[in-house]
Amino acid sequence: MALRQLSDPLIDKNPVAVHILGICSALAVTTSMSTALTMSVALTVVVTLSAGIISAIRAHIPGQIRIIVQLTIIASLVIVADQLLQAFAWEMSQRLTVFVSLIATNCIVLGRTEAYAMHNPPVPSMIDAFGNGLGYSLVLMVVAAIRELLGAGTLFGAQVLIPQAEGGWFVPLRLMLLAPSAFIILGLMVWALHAARPRLAEAREFALRESEKEARP
Amino acid sequence: MAERRPNPWRRFLARPNTDPVKSVGIAALVAATCGLAVSVTAVVLRPIQQENRLAARAGQMTAMLEGVPGIAELLPRGGVETFVVDLAEGRISDTDPVDFDQDAAAADPARSTALPPAADLAAIGRRENESLVWMVREGDRPVLVILPVRGAGYQSTIRAYLALEGDLNTVAAFTVYDQAETPGLGSRVADPAFGAGWVGKRIADDSGIAIDITPGAQGPYEVEAISGASVTGYGAIDMVHFWMGPEGFGPFLENLREGTAWR
Repeated sequence: MALRQLSDPLIDKNPVAVHILGICSALAVTTSMSTALTMSVALTVVVTLSAGIISAIRAHIPGQIRIIVQLTIIASLVIVADQLLQAFAWEMSQRLTVFVSLIATNCIVLGRTEAYAMHNPPVPSMIDAFGNGLGYSLVLMVVAAIRELLGAGTLFGAQVLIPQAEGGWFVPLRLMLLAPSAFIILGLMVWALHAARPRLAEAREFALRESEKEARP
Repeated sequence: MAERRPNPWRRFLARPNTDPVKSVGIAALVAATCGLAVSVTAVVLRPIQQENRLAARAGQMTAMLEGVPGIAELLPRGGVETFVVDLAEGRISDTDPVDFDQDAAAADPARSTALPPAADLAAIGRRENESLVWMVREGDRPVLVILPVRGAGYQSTIRAYLALEGDLNTVAAFTVYDQAETPGLGSRVADPAFGAGWVGKRIADDSGIAIDITPGAQGPYEVEAISGASVTGYGAIDMVHFWMGPEGFGPFLENLREGTAWR
């Protein structure tokens, strides 16, 4: 049970690739693997802790103000995480700029607390949130690996492919370091996932209206 | 006989979640707890963050100084001294540079001056009354003066260090340390290649400040422009015009030349 909760969000219920949540930050921080890893860790910690805290007090959160109470807790954890990064990983926080603070608006966090932690005990909630954090991290790391390898020829900053300028054969693909490439890679990932797991394809909510044949005079 | 009433905390928790008292109470409790957690973290970590911030700027300064020929050997003896300059008066001020926060001064109406639009070449709106200045001196003679300059670029404020040689007119280095211009175009203002285009250029000729930015720069008063980022380039040159002028470090540099910068 607990294992499924952890493994499901990795592929079958992946928050980014299947539910298309949290892609703003997924696009922004994936130019290098080190920023993607930091962001992944920050989000996983925040989502796990907020799920635990919210689940622990869920019986006493009044229904009318539940969203703002959840957001207050999430935002506080995000600020604490951001401050910690600024204190102990200054250069990394400079490279992540605003995106750590934006975890507060990340739909994955609010989605898990609202959909799961509000109705389940703390331990399962934290496992579920941790699994979703890992799912987000997996997508980020894959996208970042592709972008950094093809864009700069490095992985975690270590030169893997030697660029032509330094005597190798590799021509860095500058497009990979720009935002559109993240859209393209993420789109291909979603497509590949849907092709491999046809049951993920959703039924159409409504059919397109057939266009009527125009009467020709 | 009424049974013993439970304590107020239990009574509060036992209220139904639809009860307004409980809603307000829970909201206040959550807000207070979260506020406390955030404040404690911010206060406890502030000294470490401040250290990081200063170290980052010092690193940038060192990197810039190392690139200036003839300075590296001066650094071990004496090194870089930090001063606070009263800009209007053009003299070294009594303010202690250690805890002088220039950004705070620029935002404080009591410690800054509103600029008339005609004089505001850098488009910064207000100018702080005092500014930090770094100097490398040999005896009493400055051999390198580093001025912090800032101004509006295309879509952000460009902040840079302008280093002048001992004649206070030749650019020794120009390093942008903070900007948020268009990535790939204006952001190249922070590239070493753009800074290299400034080295050895002169700020003023006999008739006044003459430095300009242009593609295919020639002669001692022209800096090579960034292709595709004209507005960023104009912003950079305009801010140098402003900060070298009478509203900026002009009076101070004049006093420094005359040897009357210290009171």
